[in-house]
Formats: sequence, C-alpha cells, structure tokens
Amino acid sequence: MRDLKGRLVTMTIMALFCLTVSLPAFGQEHGEQQKSEEEEFNATEYIMEHVKDSHEWHILTTPAGHPVAVYLPVIIYDKESGLHLFSSRNISHGKSYKGYAIAHEGDYEGRIVKVDKNGQILEGRPPIDLSITKAVAAMMVAVVILLWLFIALARSYKKSGISAPKGIQGFMEPIILFIRDDVIKPNVGPKYEKFVPYLLTVFFFILVNNILGLIPFFPFGANVTGNIAVTAVLAVGTFILTQINGTKTYWKHIVAAPGVPFWLVPIMFVVEIIGIFSKPFALMIRLFANITAGHIVVLSLVGLIFIFKSVLISPVSIFFVLFMDVLELFVAFLQAYVFTLLSALFIGLALQEEHH
Amino acid sequence: MLLANSLATPAIGTLIWTTFIFLLFVFLLRKFAWGPVMSAIKAREEMIKGSLDAAEKAREEMMVLQADNEAILRKAREERDKILRDARVAYDKMLAEAREKGSQESEALVARARDLIEREKNAALAEVKNEVAMLAIEVASKVLNEKLKSDDEQQKLMERYLKEIESNRN
Repeated sequence: MRDLKGRLVTMTIMALFCLTVSLPAFGQEHGEQQKSEEEEFNATEYIMEHVKDSHEWHILTTPAGHPVAVYLPVIIYDKESGLHLFSSRNISHGKSYKGYAIAHEGDYEGRIVKVDKNGQILEGRPPIDLSITKAVAAMMVAVVILLWLFIALARSYKKSGISAPKGIQGFMEPIILFIRDDVIKPNVGPKYEKFVPYLLTVFFFILVNNILGLIPFFPFGANVTGNIAVTAVLAVGTFILTQINGTKTYWKHIVAAPGVPFWLVPIMFVVEIIGIFSKPFALMIRLFANITAGHIVVLSLVGLIFIFKSVLISPVSIFFVLFMDVLELFVAFLQAYVFTLLSALFIGLALQEEHH
Repeated sequence: MLLANSLATPAIGTLIWTTFIFLLFVFLLRKFAWGPVMSAIKAREEMIKGSLDAAEKAREEMMVLQADNEAILRKAREERDKILRDARVAYDKMLAEAREKGSQESEALVARARDLIEREKNAALAEVKNEVAMLAIEVASKVLNEKLKSDDEQQKLMERYLKEIESNRN
C-alpha cells in the first residue's frame, strides 16, 4: 500500500516536471502573439519589487489596472527646507510633490530625490529619508502581535500562579524553555540569566517576522528580516552587548593572546579585531541572505505563471511554492535559532574567565 | 553607485526606525512580559524541585525510621531471649538446690531414724537381757532351792565347786 503511494507521488512529480519542460514552447507561442498588446513580463522587476522595501504597501491591482495599496507616511529631512511629512500617495506612480519624487532610474532608483518642475532629478545629495516604509510598517505589525502575545502570556502566568502550563502557556513555554535551557544556558555560561530577556526577544522578533513574511497577503508578507537594515540593527545589538560585557580575559585575548609567539602578536591583534566585527557582520548577512533568498525562490516559482502566461502551469507552481513554503517555515525557525545561538555564543565568549 | 539602490544597502530611515522599534520592543517585553513569565517559570521549577527534594527527604527519613524500628524490635527480641535464658538458668538452679536440700534432709532424717532405731534396739536388748537374767536367776534360785534341800547334795556341790576352783588355780 505504502509502496503504491510512494510510486504515485513519484509519478506526479515526474509528470509535473514534464509539464514544466514542455510548456516553454507552448507559452512562447502565446507570448509572441500577445507581445504587441501586453507589456512584456519582467521577472526581475516583479521579484525585486516584492523583495525590496517601498514607500507604499501594494495589496493588489484590480482587473481594470487600478492599484489598491496602503500609502504609508513619507518623512523626509532636507537640510535646506527641514522636515516634511506627507502621504506617499502624493509621490506614487511617478508623481512629484513639493519638489520630491521617487527616482525610477539612475543611482538613486527607488529612493526619494529632489526634482525640478519638469520631473528632472536635481543634482546633489538626496534628502534623508525617514519614512515609515513597508518593512517598518510590517515590523510594527509583528511587534504589536508579539506584544499582544507576550502580555497575554504574562497575564496568564500572573493569574494562574504556580500550576501546570495550559492554553497559551502550553504553546509558548516549551519554546521559551528550549531557548533558555538549550541555547542560552550552555552557550552563555553561568551568568546567563542577565541575557535571557534580550536573547528571547531577538529570537521571537526574528521568528515572527520570518513567519509573517511568508504569509502572502496584507498586512503580512513584507520582507522584514530580509531587509539588511533590520538585520544590521539586530547584529549591532548583539555586537554592543558582547563588547560591553567583555571581561578582562576577553580583551587580553584580543590585544595579546597568551601563548602566541611575540612576532605573531601584531598579526593576531589585527585578526582578532577583524574577528570582532566579522562575527556580527556574518549574523547580519546570514539572516538577510537566507530570508531574501527564500522570498526570491517563492516569487520566482509564482512568477512562472506569468512567464508562461498560462494557467496550466499553476499546478506546478503551486506544488513547488507549497514545498518552498514548508521549507521556508523551517528556515524561519532555523534562522531565528541560529541568530540566537550565535549571539549567545558570542556573548559567552566575551564572558569567559581566566581559568581554562 | 551600484550599491546605492541594491538590496544590500541599508537605508538610513529603516535603520533608525528598526532601532527605535526594536529597542522599544525589548524594553516593553522586559518590563511587561519576561519578568512575570520567567519568574513564574522559575517559581514553578523551584517548587517542583523543592517537592521532589522533600519527597526524597521523606523517603530517607522513613527509611531511617524503619531501620530504627527494626533495631528496636531486634533489641526487644534479644532482651526477651535473655530474660528467658536467665529464667531457665534460675529455674534450673533452684530445682537443683531444692533437690540437693531435699536429699540432704532425707538423708539426715534417715540417719536420725537409724540412730534412734539403734538406740531403741540396744535399750530393748538390754531390757531383754535384764529380763532374761532375772528370769534365769529366779529359775536358778528355784532350782537350787529344790536341789539343796538335802545335806548330801549340798556337800557334794560344795566339793565340786571347790574342785573346780582348785583346778582353775592350777
């Protein structure tokens, strides 16, 4: 019975592959006919549009071609005219407002630049953009969900006192205990308790942002943990926490590692200094790259439908997207775990004492 | 400036907002969530640990108590055995003593009786002797009186006696 089931699955996958291989010709025929009528589908643009940050949160485009979007507030600081606050509706679709517009080409593509009355980009540095972008808004959504979740959790603990975990506690407590006992405690060492709140916060922040990024509709689906600015802030948090808690031994090992020949000391010093910065840098890049890559793969598979301009391809896309989504769900946990684990490890290394 | 618009360039606005939101988030969770949650978990863990320790301690105490009980029981049994042993020894001793005393007394009694019997016998014998002697004398005197009624007879007897005395002298 099981054998038959396995064979069926294999056959289905093979059939889907055959379909994928045979479809391009079929798709191209259609494509050539419609090329003049429709704008060519640009896969790169389509994917980057979803992966990159933006000033508006695009929800959908109606069949008539009207976009439905949430226009987020634009906050810009210009040295000459000061602070400006307006809705991104004003500068959507190539419009300009108060002399500002989103550049659609050139060095500053996708960023707010100063334009003249004809829409030509002015020379000079663009204003400082402090807008609440899609990533920031999505992060706020995640934070609100997390705050609601954890305050409800705290309240349930206060109410139930000392008793067996139930309801929300039963769901959250194993995760909290796993992070505390298997990630933080063994890696940070005996003084772990001080770092538990920060590391748990980081874990849940990354985890929930990762998971919400996989949900493809508003107000989720934004690429928050795949935004390098977000991962940079998280990495800097770990970096600062590591350095301010560094013991004398830790700094001694950096400046002059004991047991190293004297002529190696200057080289080791340089290596150690690079190491201090490369650790959080790796944290930043790892999370950013993993999540962005996942989004790109999922979007590429969805994009197959548009590339082939055929609904027939959708079962293939759906099958692979489903597969990728399950994989990405795993990656969401894995990357949150890895970030927390490595942060704990770096803090633990900085906390080490002489005896060893 | 390819980097300016690529994915790998952190935007200043996002950096600032993320820092602000993340710090606020850490602060709020620390203040409202981790405190009560972690202390509740810790309190429960400690309670479980305490309960287990108490159970273990109670078990150990019970074992000590059981050992004590056994020791007391053993001691009591030993005491009982000792008392029984002592009682038997005393009983045997008393029995032996009583037997000894009894036999001694009976012996003395028998000895005294024998003594008494001897004395009585001797007295009786002496009385019998006296009685017999008296009878003999009486009979003899009566016989003599009969025999010595004639002078001849008296003469003859005197002579015989004299002869006998004479022969005895020689």
